[in-house]
Parts: sequence; structure tokens; C-alpha cells
Amino acid sequence: MNGFRVIQAGFAPTLQDFGRPAFQNRGVPVSGALDPVSLRIGNALVGNDGGMAAIEFRLVGPTLEVTVESVRVALTGTRAELIVEASERVTLPSYQSVTLRRGQRLSVAPVSDSGVAYLCVEGGFDLPAVFDSLSTYGRSRIGGFHGRALKDGDELPLRLSEAEERGELRLERPAYLEETGPVRVVLGPQRDYFSEASTAAFFETEYKISREADRMGMRLEGPALEHARGYNITSDGIVTGAVQVPGNGMPIILLADHQTTGGYPKIGTVISADIPRLGRMKPGDRLSFREIDVEGAEGARREQEKAIQKLLASLTPAAAWLDEAALYRENLISGVVQDSDAL
Amino acid sequence: MSEPVFLPAGDTALVVQFGEAVDAAVNRRVRHLAAKLRESGAKGIVDIVPTIRSLMVHYDPLETGSAALRAAISELLHHEHDEEDAYRLWTIPVCYEGRCAPDLENVAREMKLDTGEVVRRHAAEPLEVFMMGFLPGFPYLGLLPEEFDIPRLFEPRVKVPARSISVAVRQTTVYTVECPGGWHLIGQTPVEFFEPERSEPILVAAGDRIRFEPVPLREYESIRKAVEADDYKPASEEIVP
Repeated sequence: MNGFRVIQAGFAPTLQDFGRPAFQNRGVPVSGALDPVSLRIGNALVGNDGGMAAIEFRLVGPTLEVTVESVRVALTGTRAELIVEASERVTLPSYQSVTLRRGQRLSVAPVSDSGVAYLCVEGGFDLPAVFDSLSTYGRSRIGGFHGRALKDGDELPLRLSEAEERGELRLERPAYLEETGPVRVVLGPQRDYFSEASTAAFFETEYKISREADRMGMRLEGPALEHARGYNITSDGIVTGAVQVPGNGMPIILLADHQTTGGYPKIGTVISADIPRLGRMKPGDRLSFREIDVEGAEGARREQEKAIQKLLASLTPAAAWLDEAALYRENLISGVVQDSDAL
Repeated sequence: MSEPVFLPAGDTALVVQFGEAVDAAVNRRVRHLAAKLRESGAKGIVDIVPTIRSLMVHYDPLETGSAALRAAISELLHHEHDEEDAYRLWTIPVCYEGRCAPDLENVAREMKLDTGEVVRRHAAEPLEVFMMGFLPGFPYLGLLPEEFDIPRLFEPRVKVPARSISVAVRQTTVYTVECPGGWHLIGQTPVEFFEPERSEPILVAAGDRIRFEPVPLREYESIRKAVEADDYKPASEEIVP
């Protein structure tokens, strides 16, 4: 039994779930999905628990060949289409589960609308958890597929050799992809390391996400912030979303693969409700910040959770795509294309 | 001693800060609170990360909130006491010679001591693990004697060999994997502090103490072979003060 053969890896895809938040006291980074909301929706579409590991990728997705009997997948995080090469080439919309059969190949059109996308698989991957998680943390070579990004020729094992017999699901309107407005930030823990003027400037500036953005952090470009008390602190804890400002005054937002502790002052922390959206941003995108207090941030997170629950409850049946049913093929495909237009 | 302060770190973490500088007594208070908070079973806590002078409490905002945690922690602070906690004492062999110690001579020059004396003082006393951070299994130990108060390298190395023992700013660390680093390399241990395939991948925890034991290159190499054959465990004992 196997699962997928990686024909072309694309741009360093990794396996990610909700990460390993409980081992930071031993220096182990959390890792996990940059956009946990898209991961949850993708898993719901294929019938998994929300936090099951999926393939996370940026820009160019992998091309995979199915080496088990059948497999159910769903693409989320992007409006780019899933491309299936069977007896002919067919494109299918994202936010819909699709069942593929042995020998068929799937790939994804270039992802230009989002910084990160997910390919979720029914049943997940047959790989060992490290510190309770399948998330890949490349720097220490743990988790995922041998602790690294996927490469051409990898044989990726799945837990199921056959997709379960049931209908496909779709999410009609993934409206959360359109979230806009300033990213909300709680000031601290080292707000006192910055002058009043530079704290004000932080909230008035529009920043651009630099090309140096990866799973560890997102460097921002804009006017430099001024430190009031130097830029070295005795190393303390780091949380996902922390905005640290090194000596050059350019903020860096720390993301899933951030180190557990660090010695640069942190002007503020992006709230957890805005982390998934940040994960979907990409180099060149612009963003600004708005201040919020801790209670407001906790409330925003509860509101977001309600909205996600509502989304997960709104999945609807979708038309199956049956490659071998030549007789129905045209009708079904044209049906799918219409659905795609309605997105 | 001054009262700790609470600092917000977004809606998923809270910092309890006991001081700003590196201080062994402050660090003990940090670790003591970490242990108390773990025991308390306070709801919604995801992880408790002691650092040198503060504690980061990671929490799930859907299960608890900053205000509830502050209250729970304040309660624990009322019952602070100065008893020493039990700890594990490790004996870790280190080779301070030749290729294992590329910066030892520079460090000795900076400290105005000969290399033998630097080694003797580095290995003289058991050191406390103040915190774990930077990379999996990576310990920050201290405090070394004052003469070890030397700055980091001006230009960090791109590649520090795995298992290097390094010093700077009165602290010492063990690089668990090959990675970039800016501290001075004065030795190398044959022991793996992080081994993902091991049943306990991470060797030490905050609060443990380590005594470095100088070994000649030949002994380093024989221990290294034993480690690679999975036939060596560093000595450790539980100390109850």
C-alpha cells in the first residue's frame, strides 16, 4: 500500500497540522499550519478531524500520482483550481472534495491569490508523530516526511487505501478569504522599549511584506522604528504573532516556525484571530496595524470561532466527478464549471 | 525582592517578569513559579515556558483568559517561599582540545588566563539550566564566574558543529544541531542533547544542573563511538536539597 508518488514537488511543500504547542518549554518550536482555518475547512471537506496533517504549499503546488485504489482530497486556502489528469485533463474548483483513482495525477494551478494553500486527504498520512504532531520542522529535521519538505520521487504513505463510499462536499462561499482591514495588535510585552513617537508611527504606517517571508517570520518594509532603550533584552518567550524589532528598526512578525525564545524587543503581538489571515498574505502585499486590548482580542477570537463553526456547518453536497463514467462526463464537468463560476 | 509584573503578549500568552537582568536567584523564582503553576492545573494553559528572568504562559483564549490567569498566578505568588526544588544533576563529558575547541585560545586571551585555567573554571561547578530555547533541546546554563563576561562574536558563524559547548556573557550553551551561532566555541561533547529518534529526544530540562567533565580527545572519541552505537548514557542523579 502507498498513497501518493510525488511527480513534481513544486515549491517546498511540507506536511502541517496544528503543530506542537506543548513542547516550547524544551525549546521545540510550535510549527503547524500558517492558516489553521483553511486547514480545518479542508479536513472537514474530506471528513477528517480539523487538525489532521495536510500538505501545505505556497505559489506552486505539487504534482502527485495516486498509488492507492482511491483517495479523497480537497484544496483550500486559494481559489486556484485543482487539475486532474486522467484520460483527459480536467479542472475542478477548490473548496470541494474530489475522489481520485489509482494512476490519476493531480496538481494545482499557480496560487497567486494567497500565500498558502492546503491539500487535505481523507484519513491523513501514515507517518510517525514527533512530539504529538506530524508538522514538519525542517530546521531540526522533525515531523512530516523525514523531517523535510517533499521532493520529486517521494512515496507519501496514506492511512487509507481506498476512499470511503459517500458523497462529496463543498463550501459554497469561502468568504473568509476576503478578510481585509488593519491587522489587530496588542501592545507589549516590550512596548516600553519604543518611544511614544515610534509606537504611534507603527500604527500609522503602511508596511509592505518583504520577499524574506517564510514559515518562521515575515519581514516588513517601511520607515524604521526607533528604539528608546536599545535593541537587546535578556531573552524571553516568543508567541506566534509577536512583532519583534531588531536593531535596524524593521518589524518582523513571527509565524508558526518561530524560535521559542529571543532577545529582540517586541513592540506588540498580532492577535490570534488575525494569524490565519496573516498566513494567507504574501510577499508584496501591504498591511497596516490597529491597536486592540487583550480583552478585545480574546473576544475577537471567540467571534471568529463562532464564524468558523458556522462555515463548517454550511458544507453542502457536491456533484461527484467520475472519470470512468464517460457517458455522463460532459454533463458533470460542465456542471462543475458552472459551480466554479458561481464561486 | 521586587514584585513580578504581568506583561501582555497578545491573546494567547502572558508574561510574568521577575526582573530584567540575568540573575540566578531571579531565575530560580521563575522556575519555582513554573512548577507551582504546572501543579495548580489551572485551566486552558497550553505550555509554560520559563526563561532566564520571566515566565511565558501560553494559553487557549477559547478556554481561559488573561484576567483569569493573572488571578490564578497572583494567588500562587502569595505563597512564594525560598525552599530549593529537587533537581537532576548530570555529568557531561567535554573535550576542550584541538578541533573541539576552535575559540578556546581567543577566549583565554580575552579573559587574560591560560587555556587550562579557562577549562578548569568552566568545569569547576555544576551549572543550572536557566532555560530551554532557540532550538529543540538547547539549554542556557549559568552563571559562570565573572571573568566569563565576554561579548558574543562580532560576526556570528554560519555553521556551528553539533554538540559544541559555547560561552558568552557569563553563560554557556550546548548547540544541539548544526546551526548558525554567535557564541565562542570552547569544547565539544560526545553526548547528544537532542536526538529525534530517541525515546526521550530531549536530554535536559530547565532546572536541571550540569557538571562538565573534561576528557581527553581519545576518550571523547571512544564515548562518541558508544553514543553512535546507542551504548552510552550520561550519568545523572536526582538531588533533593
